[in-house]
Amino acid sequence: MSTPAPITITNGRLVLPTGEPQAGALRCVEGRIAALGDITPHDGDTVIDAKGKLIAPGLVDLGVFTIDKPAFHFGGITRAALMPDQGVVLDKRSAVRFSAQSGKPDLWVHPLAAATKDLAGTELAELALMRDAGARAVSTGRRWIGDSGVMHRLLSYCAMLGLVVVTHAEDAGLTGAAVATAGEMATRLGLPSAPAEAEALAVARDIALAELTNARLHFRQVTTAAALNLVRAAKARGLAVTAGVTPAHALLSDVAVGDFRTFTRLSPPLRSEADRQAVLAALADGTIDVISSGHDPRGPEDKRLPFADAEPGMAGAETLLPLTLGLVRDGVIDTARAFALLAGNPAALLGVNAGVLAVGAEADIAVIDPDKPWIVDSDKMAAAAGNTPFDKQGVQGRALVLLKGGAVIDQ
Amino acid sequence: MTSANPTAAGRYPAGSAAFPHRDLTGLAGLAPWEILFLLDEAEQWVELNRQPHKRVDRLAGLTIINAFFENSTRTLLSFEIAGKRLGADVVNMHAAQSSVKKGETLIDTAMTLNAMRADAMVIRHASSGAVQLIADKVDCPVLNAGDGQHEHPTQGLLDALTIRRAKGDFGKLTVTICGDILHSRVARSNIHCLTTLGADVRVCAPPALMPAGIEAMKVTPFHDFDAALDGADVVMMLRLQQERMSGQFIPSPREYRHLYGLTLERLAKAKPDALVMHPGPMNRGIEIDSNVADLAGRSAITTQVEMGVAIRMACLDVLTRKSRGVEGWS
Repeated sequence: MSTPAPITITNGRLVLPTGEPQAGALRCVEGRIAALGDITPHDGDTVIDAKGKLIAPGLVDLGVFTIDKPAFHFGGITRAALMPDQGVVLDKRSAVRFSAQSGKPDLWVHPLAAATKDLAGTELAELALMRDAGARAVSTGRRWIGDSGVMHRLLSYCAMLGLVVVTHAEDAGLTGAAVATAGEMATRLGLPSAPAEAEALAVARDIALAELTNARLHFRQVTTAAALNLVRAAKARGLAVTAGVTPAHALLSDVAVGDFRTFTRLSPPLRSEADRQAVLAALADGTIDVISSGHDPRGPEDKRLPFADAEPGMAGAETLLPLTLGLVRDGVIDTARAFALLAGNPAALLGVNAGVLAVGAEADIAVIDPDKPWIVDSDKMAAAAGNTPFDKQGVQGRALVLLKGGAVIDQ
Repeated sequence: MTSANPTAAGRYPAGSAAFPHRDLTGLAGLAPWEILFLLDEAEQWVELNRQPHKRVDRLAGLTIINAFFENSTRTLLSFEIAGKRLGADVVNMHAAQSSVKKGETLIDTAMTLNAMRADAMVIRHASSGAVQLIADKVDCPVLNAGDGQHEHPTQGLLDALTIRRAKGDFGKLTVTICGDILHSRVARSNIHCLTTLGADVRVCAPPALMPAGIEAMKVTPFHDFDAALDGADVVMMLRLQQERMSGQFIPSPREYRHLYGLTLERLAKAKPDALVMHPGPMNRGIEIDSNVADLAGRSAITTQVEMGVAIRMACLDVLTRKSRGVEGWS
């Protein structure tokens, strides 16, 4: 997009990094935030009236499996970090360079470089070349790297390159072909299951290796009490370890798997109610740094199958914002922290100057009505497929206006 | 033998309220009287099956499709005989001969069978929940003939019928189920059935073959077979697949027999008249010794097979009553 005219969003409530939202306006010039607070539009500015709604940073979605613009725009997402598990694996700079351009003009796409060739977990990929082609971090993909020697070398190399390693935390030996968490529900349904401790085993090993190598490690999803305790302890020791989660593990337990609903087939699988409560506590106390959508739209060919034969994953981009705002309404977190989890922290992790309302930051802005009610309907989603575990659930919160780089992309 | 008019006994409500379900996908969640209704209905077929002339025309003109997406000999044969003895036209579809091998999805296959206007479908599939998935898409009653590690409801019913005919009131019975509980749909259906009917159920397996949270299914777990057998009225042995006892879950077949094989000596820990059961096919000399499997007066293993046909006849009869316009079932 050519440089847009200055835009001033007036009459809103600004979501600042701390504190409650404050009445004010925000002005974007040449793609960046030029001023915010108690300001008025300049002559010639395009003026957008926020009508008292929130003026917030656009969401930064760390770890999506598909570039799905309609769903991202619906969900107020202006930046998406793309997982390397693509048809052509993002394990070469050409693939990284291509996907980094794939969001233009109205979405930032930040490719995550495959940690190992073909994501096989054995040989390191060309990480420096991919970094310089636009990869913002490194990812092990959907899988854990089982070979501790490979993981050790990966972390030490990425520490040198200054790249965060985004890992999937499930001990593959323990999980095997499991599709559910061991417990009453999996036992009743007769589903292949693995102990929830598979996550803590993986987290413990990777924290030890990160400590050894001074690497920056991000667990894309931490979903169990035991693993969250390990992350909490690592942070207390001052390690550069961060953790993410999707709304599914904060809001659903494995009870949702009853009736074999394949939209609830996720990776990692849904956990016990006690683990779900631990996720909420970790969101509240700061142990979890990032909430992402895990956006992975899957059509009937992947989902209209017996539970164990279905592919894991959910279409999460549209529900990310309202479900996180639900945590605010429930008193788990406040609005400032919600947007730190949705935008500020993932932007910092990716090393992009965005995700916060601050002068000089990229003007990726969402005007959000946090109370607007709507019903999630898998048949009527903007996403490429409607595989949401929150089907037919009432939620609140919609993005009304979306700006990327200071230009309106959706209104 | 039940009376000609079982509702008179007051055990269950009249007409379709006695079994208000279109499908039989599992025994979980069924009321005790719903199970008892099916058991009582089966009694008449036990009698018929012992006559030289074994055929009635109750389901004449109806088409029953047995769609088996997983290999089976005994269960398929049992359902086929059950349907034919009720006068139905029975067609068998084996996955090995079908377009399933050509990549057609399960739902497409089910919709194809549905379009052929089956009056009932009997389905077996290797994945838990697959039968429910099909039942949700088709227009006719669906009977689960085994789905993955989830349920095998007619096996649970035939085992209950076998036990009831030998032992009577479930409320006074202790039933020990031993073997690969983790992977067994037979165990799950039996647990649901027997606990619903009031029996005290023990399950016995090594830790690796015991599913997590099994206590929530109102059973008592054991690892020590001798302790699990102590005072049992019924001993139900499960088959252990060969590959699972060759180092994967159990070091070797003989080590499995050492800990969990039902020998005459072990059987003596149970009550003197304890019933011995096995859903088949047996690994003789591994989970059960031949002299136990063949023990006259104690082994009910062939009776189970006999009851299987009667139970399946009862299920096919009951589930097609609505479409046949039976009074009180429309």
